[in-house]
Amino acid sequence: MARWEHFAHGADVGVRGLGDSVEQAFEQAALALSAVAADISTIAPSETVEVHCEAPDLELLFVSWLNAVVYEMAVRKMVFSRFRVAITGSSLTGSLAGEKIDTQRHDVAVEVKGATVTALKVERAADGGWIAQCVVDV
Amino acid sequence: MDRHTLERHSDFEWWIKPTGEMRVPGIIYAGEKLIEDMDEKVREQVTNVATLPGIQRASYAMPDAHWGYGFPIGGVAAFDPEEGGVISAGGVGFDISCGVRTLHTGLTADELKPIQEDLAEALFHSVPAGVGSTGAISLSEREMDEMLSGGAQWAVEHGYGLAEDLERIEESGRASGAKPECVSHAAKKRQAEEMGTLGSGNHYLEIQRVAEIFDAKSAEAFGLKQDDLVLSIHCGSRGLGHQVGTDYLKSMVIDGYRPIPDRELACAPIRSELGQHYLGAMRAATNCALANRQIITHLARGAFQRIVPKANLTLLYDVSHNTCKIEVHDVDGSRRELFVHRKGATRAFGPGHPDLTPSLREIGQPVLIGGTMGTESYILVGTTEGEKLAFSSACHGAGRAMSRTQAMKHWRGRQVIDELREHGVLIRSRSFRGVAEEAPGAYKDVNAVAEAAEHANLARRVARLVPLICVKG
Repeated sequence: MARWEHFAHGADVGVRGLGDSVEQAFEQAALALSAVAADISTIAPSETVEVHCEAPDLELLFVSWLNAVVYEMAVRKMVFSRFRVAITGSSLTGSLAGEKIDTQRHDVAVEVKGATVTALKVERAADGGWIAQCVVDV
Repeated sequence: MDRHTLERHSDFEWWIKPTGEMRVPGIIYAGEKLIEDMDEKVREQVTNVATLPGIQRASYAMPDAHWGYGFPIGGVAAFDPEEGGVISAGGVGFDISCGVRTLHTGLTADELKPIQEDLAEALFHSVPAGVGSTGAISLSEREMDEMLSGGAQWAVEHGYGLAEDLERIEESGRASGAKPECVSHAAKKRQAEEMGTLGSGNHYLEIQRVAEIFDAKSAEAFGLKQDDLVLSIHCGSRGLGHQVGTDYLKSMVIDGYRPIPDRELACAPIRSELGQHYLGAMRAATNCALANRQIITHLARGAFQRIVPKANLTLLYDVSHNTCKIEVHDVDGSRRELFVHRKGATRAFGPGHPDLTPSLREIGQPVLIGGTMGTESYILVGTTEGEKLAFSSACHGAGRAMSRTQAMKHWRGRQVIDELREHGVLIRSRSFRGVAEEAPGAYKDVNAVAEAAEHANLARRVARLVPLICVKG
């Protein structure tokens, strides 16, 4: 079943997505990333942004995807609560749905500086699904 | 960390003997308790850094070291380009040139009491802070490049602050060798609305009282007296620096030096095209951080001017603790130009260092250690011994003891703010959750860290500061 969670890292936060497919694990991890910055249950998916990224392997593609989300949050001053990912070979197309940051309504916490290659994994889980995770710097 | 796996050289110096691929030993400076509380990952990361080519003397960890990205946070490592030395984006960190700046205010704690609420409000409304905040300054592409080349000097030339501020900033407020053309368009776009913003997380602007003087001579030289009020700013290079870190970490993972024990140690030879491009971009991001702290200083001066016109904000010092700088050090009896990475570590030049401004040369460099909003911060001074011990480096802060998720379960933002108010500390923040995650109890004991730095001879304590107003992101 698709879900996300945070895991502990000394000063920062680990984000982990789990899903039936790689794409779903990436989408869930993006939700975990958004939940570092704000309460995602309060974010209406009213505006959609498209991103595209490439990387030589699946793990770096995952980091590039999260960094694309970080970038859109930073330059558009938005927070997101719905993600769709399609992967073809070494390239990824994603859509991010959310709205402009409202500090009070979204219960914001901390901005994410970037996704790192620390504790980075994209792999099959024991139940046959997929896990995608890394630490994000806040 | 199990201290029995380390070789004890003194009560505050612990060695990891070189084995396997390690080119040099690992050395951790900390007391026994700090070592025991330290994450096992610190040993792993100190060890991994020791395998990188061109590393000199040792791979070091400061008393506040914790699990970082490739390099530990609190890590120091110097590389010689003549021996194939490398530069690492993770060894500098995402928030390039993040640092602390402290200013005298010309006021005492007693003078703050009647205006504490008004000043807190004025500072809170003058300095944009928190997720999604934007500054009032908008730079054209040409102006952005000028800022990235000029740093705090650019800021002063454009009316933000005073010329005399510059002599109290490392490298006189400007990192030379910056290459704005090596900074991506994306990084510049990310910075477009973020000049003069504080950021979030552990970044802050604080009004602090000098609560204790440890070293009267150094305190006098720094212009610090018991119960003086000072202003401290902790922030970095904002979106531009974060994006430079992101861009070059990826480039170094794909095209950097190999083999490395873990790709989070991604690096490039200093004498390579990628290494040189990163150096140019990192220095540009350093200038962005220096300009940013300079602009925030200007905004804070404006707030003081409105509330308490007699205040006179003069710069004590500005240090960066996520850096890679070219410095000359003694190695095996010869003077060498090294690239010194300090990731969550502060430069701490001792007395007589030629790079110090004349007014500080006799006494040594101020080392500014940020604490938490409820506890305290420290001002230390660099020592002569520090050069031999760790290329003149010291700690940078308290370091987290608890994850953000754990902290959120323990505290509520409102409760933290109310409790601190009872202790005389006014918190201003747009985010209750941010305050909860930054609760003082989520951090290690900064007193133990500062004490360890002193006992290890890395730097000597000069003054302890306690917060009275804290603006958080």
